[in-house]
Amino acid sequence: MNSASALSFGRTSRIAAKFVGTPSVGPLLVLLAFGVIFSLTNPRFLATQNLSIILQQTVIIGTLAIGQTLIILTAGIDLAVGAICVLGTILAGKLANSGYDPVAAMVLAVLACSAAGVAAGSLISGLRLPPFIVTLGILGIITAALRLISAGGAFSVTDEFLGWTGNTVRLNGFIVTYGVIIMLLLYGMVWFLLNQTQWGRHVYAVGNNPEAARLVGIPVGRLLLSVYVLAAFIYGIAAWLALGRIPNADPNALQTANLDSITAVVIGGTSLFGGRGGLIGTLIGALIVGVLRNGLTLAGIDPLWQDLITGILVIVAVALDQLTRGRR
Amino acid sequence: MAPVEPRVQAATTPGGVILEARNLVKHYGHVTALDGVDFELRSGEILAVVGDNGAGKSSLIKALTGAIVPDSGDILLDGQPIHFKGPLDARKLGIETVYQDLAVAAALDIASNLFLGRERRRPGFLGDVLRMLDKKGMRAEAERSMAELKFHLPSIGSAVESLSGGQRQGVAVARAALFAKKLAIMDEPTAALGVRETGQVLDLIRAIRQRGLPVVLISHNMPNVFEIADRIHIMRLGRRAAVVSPKTHTMADVVAIMTGAAKFEEAASPQAG
Repeated sequence: MNSASALSFGRTSRIAAKFVGTPSVGPLLVLLAFGVIFSLTNPRFLATQNLSIILQQTVIIGTLAIGQTLIILTAGIDLAVGAICVLGTILAGKLANSGYDPVAAMVLAVLACSAAGVAAGSLISGLRLPPFIVTLGILGIITAALRLISAGGAFSVTDEFLGWTGNTVRLNGFIVTYGVIIMLLLYGMVWFLLNQTQWGRHVYAVGNNPEAARLVGIPVGRLLLSVYVLAAFIYGIAAWLALGRIPNADPNALQTANLDSITAVVIGGTSLFGGRGGLIGTLIGALIVGVLRNGLTLAGIDPLWQDLITGILVIVAVALDQLTRGRR
Repeated sequence: MAPVEPRVQAATTPGGVILEARNLVKHYGHVTALDGVDFELRSGEILAVVGDNGAGKSSLIKALTGAIVPDSGDILLDGQPIHFKGPLDARKLGIETVYQDLAVAAALDIASNLFLGRERRRPGFLGDVLRMLDKKGMRAEAERSMAELKFHLPSIGSAVESLSGGQRQGVAVARAALFAKKLAIMDEPTAALGVRETGQVLDLIRAIRQRGLPVVLISHNMPNVFEIADRIHIMRLGRRAAVVSPKTHTMADVVAIMTGAAKFEEAASPQAG
């Protein structure tokens, strides 16, 4: 990273220095290590079909984790991730099933999700309430409301458009769903926003030192609001992807989405204290969780162990972040 | 009390008045923070503002940076009356402020901190439509201004948290220098720093003066003030008790005026005020 020292060394070490200085290298090594272990223990693991399944299994959490990353970067946390996404699936499903145009139904559902983001963001930026409490409250409100709307039960959503994201395409013999492509496109777009625009710079600055951000004239409240709205919009898109994976709208679905999305973000190297980390790490973190679950399932290991190992990984990731923070 | 060697010249850089305040008054309920204070910053000078706690230093500076609006009185920039509604107004007019508590985003790199809140975009489609940052341009500009200030730092791309406290505050000072068109106000910039690091920041402030930018320095540290200031504005009881030159007055004189032990008339030479 240091240009002076980089000049005195060769090109290879400059690349090496850049590599080590990139925060997502640690998670990437973990991902590769799991990949090697699972492919040695089970030859089926590396089959293209299995890799494609891992990607498909990662779609919902992977997409939700984009929004969660944005919010954690501002030193917040979102506990309403799953609830907002389920709000999207239920609304889109209900509207489409009762005869509305499916495209309009999906658009309305995404808007409703974004409105939940407006509510969360306004309370957090306007009244300066802690994100933890606000999103916990929204989680409760949405969950209760959804159970009332859907009378407690799940219902099937068979509309072709709402299920479209589950269709597959073949890319060089690799089969992916449109949902996977949409997720990767979202990663690309939000990565661009975070790394190449003023808005992204300000997200990091606000998460890192909100007082300094305010003093240099960054409209901190407006920025926080925009982050919560964009995140909720992405949860709305995730609802569409979820309907593509399972043609079913269930008010009790995605109950572990909060923890899973936070896990992906934290394992990916983004600091819970805000201002550090990024989306590439989150994508890798989501893949780590996907690979772990898939590999352990292939090995015939009880799913309880998957939760246990994921739990250990989260704690290790947070501990590493805490320790490196201590050095700064 | 009288100076050992009175000089004829009051300040090293007699210039036009850049920023002036006349008869500023500010009440907080029954408390009078500013009781008709006058203020005058001349071009090319470092003006120190000293005073005991509660003498009105902070209120004066806040009025000059737009952080508070005085109840009455006038503020003039380059002879033109101005009315700040908030700190952003002051910044738009070319007045930059450096705060005591290192106002940097430590996880971001030096160039990002220098341009924080004032990022530049690429020209053309990339900048106008895609809103893409001109990272290279900002980096180059940051390196250029750091070199101009003779402020030596590791790579402009390294995170501010990898710097020492003095270097971090240096980044905040350099940011003010980079964007201040008229003047920079430094509010206790070295209060949190050690001796050596304080030296680094004082060097930087001198370099800023050398570039022609006048500086208002608020400080508790008398040796620092005497080391660097061209003139010293002394606050007492919400008013300007005196403006003296460090060349004609001693620290004891200044402290005496600050505490009210001496009246300005007794201590000053007429040229100094």
